[in-house]
Amino acid sequence: MSVRHALLALLTEGPKFGLRLQQEFESRTGEVWPLNVGQVYTTLQRLERDGLVASDDEGGEGPQKDFRITPDGRRELTEWLLTPPNTDIPPRDELVIKVLVALRVPGVDVHQVIQAHRRHLVEMMQRYTHVKAEAAEHDLGLALVVDAELFRLEGVVRWLDAADARLGQVYAIPGRAPADVLDSQDRVSGRR
Amino acid sequence: MTAMLELRGVSKVYGSGPNEVNALRDVELSVDRGEMVAIMGPSGSGKSTLLTIAGSLEEATSGEVLVDGSELSGLSPNVRARLRRRSIGYVFQDFNLLAGLTAAENVALPLELDGYDAGTARATGLEALRTLGLADRADHFPDDLSGGERQRVAIARAVVGNRRLLLADEPSGALDSVNGEAVIRLLRDACRTGMAGVVVTHDAQLAAWADRVVFLWDGRIVDHTAPPPGPESLLSGPEQ
Repeated sequence: MSVRHALLALLTEGPKFGLRLQQEFESRTGEVWPLNVGQVYTTLQRLERDGLVASDDEGGEGPQKDFRITPDGRRELTEWLLTPPNTDIPPRDELVIKVLVALRVPGVDVHQVIQAHRRHLVEMMQRYTHVKAEAAEHDLGLALVVDAELFRLEGVVRWLDAADARLGQVYAIPGRAPADVLDSQDRVSGRR
Repeated sequence: MTAMLELRGVSKVYGSGPNEVNALRDVELSVDRGEMVAIMGPSGSGKSTLLTIAGSLEEATSGEVLVDGSELSGLSPNVRARLRRRSIGYVFQDFNLLAGLTAAENVALPLELDGYDAGTARATGLEALRTLGLADRADHFPDDLSGGERQRVAIARAVVGNRRLLLADEPSGALDSVNGEAVIRLLRDACRTGMAGVVVTHDAQLAAWADRVVFLWDGRIVDHTAPPPGPESLLSGPEQ
């Protein structure tokens, strides 16, 4: 999450001081991403150093000092909005690793491992859904943030469902266990 | 709270010998008034069978099914049919509306079958449609309605006439996410008024609206979610 660019976006509406930026950031992200005011001031200092914001000298130093976005800041913000987030490199997903490890460990029921994670994810989704259900209908920021998290979690649940189905297919072959399949793949690719 | 629906040791076997399929195995489930329970599981896990048995559309091979305290197999076919008509509302993925009847007539039909006079049935049906935001669609035929509107008509038909048990099979399956969310909100609202709801789905986003999610695997209940700790726990994550 780019705090830097979120602050630039808030400053496109006009000059603001640090505490107000912090409050607006939190309310517009549905208060799902807490941000402390110290981090706001550190970020503003760096933005000022890079020429992306300028401070209002008349307000003097201190908490009431207003910041405004510069033309360079506006260019930086537009460029950032149109730049795809870094999704090229798959992250080292801990859950994927756990399921792969579970396949290797004798005596571990992989279905049970998958179900434990599925339950946890659905419980998280219930909590986010509760936030959405209770929120005022006009709180667009919160709805968008919660939807994003729900779709992400749902994607993980669907991966677990697919993994379960794949395991079911492997177990359906008499005398075969998932570890055998992993072993044969390893031999083909010369790993191990 | 009193359980509106109780399944005690329910099993269902289809076929026999080498073709025997155990669709449900020793299922225990209790759903209270005002509660919405979601049943999740892969295709073939027994979700839909569980729903049809709970709704008395099909009989269990063994075990007991109680709706509002009455054991279904102990009831005569007539009494059971009346319980089904009066107490249980069904919502299906494909809406199951009668194409030759208007929205209002579809909603009023179960009331008329249950002995209401036509005027009262229509007035009650219109009120249910109004509650679901469909007052101006009452005289439209299903073919003239959008998917989301059709499903809302189906919900009106399922909740009309003080029904107590609401059973839904993939109720948002044919809808986009916004309409799907509207549908599940309405089902949840119906449960908040005192109905007990069971929603069968493979969709985690839909299931997440439920108070409790039960996981079915190969005909058995293998797991369920814990009561939610409350949304405030989401807001205490690490600061950015």
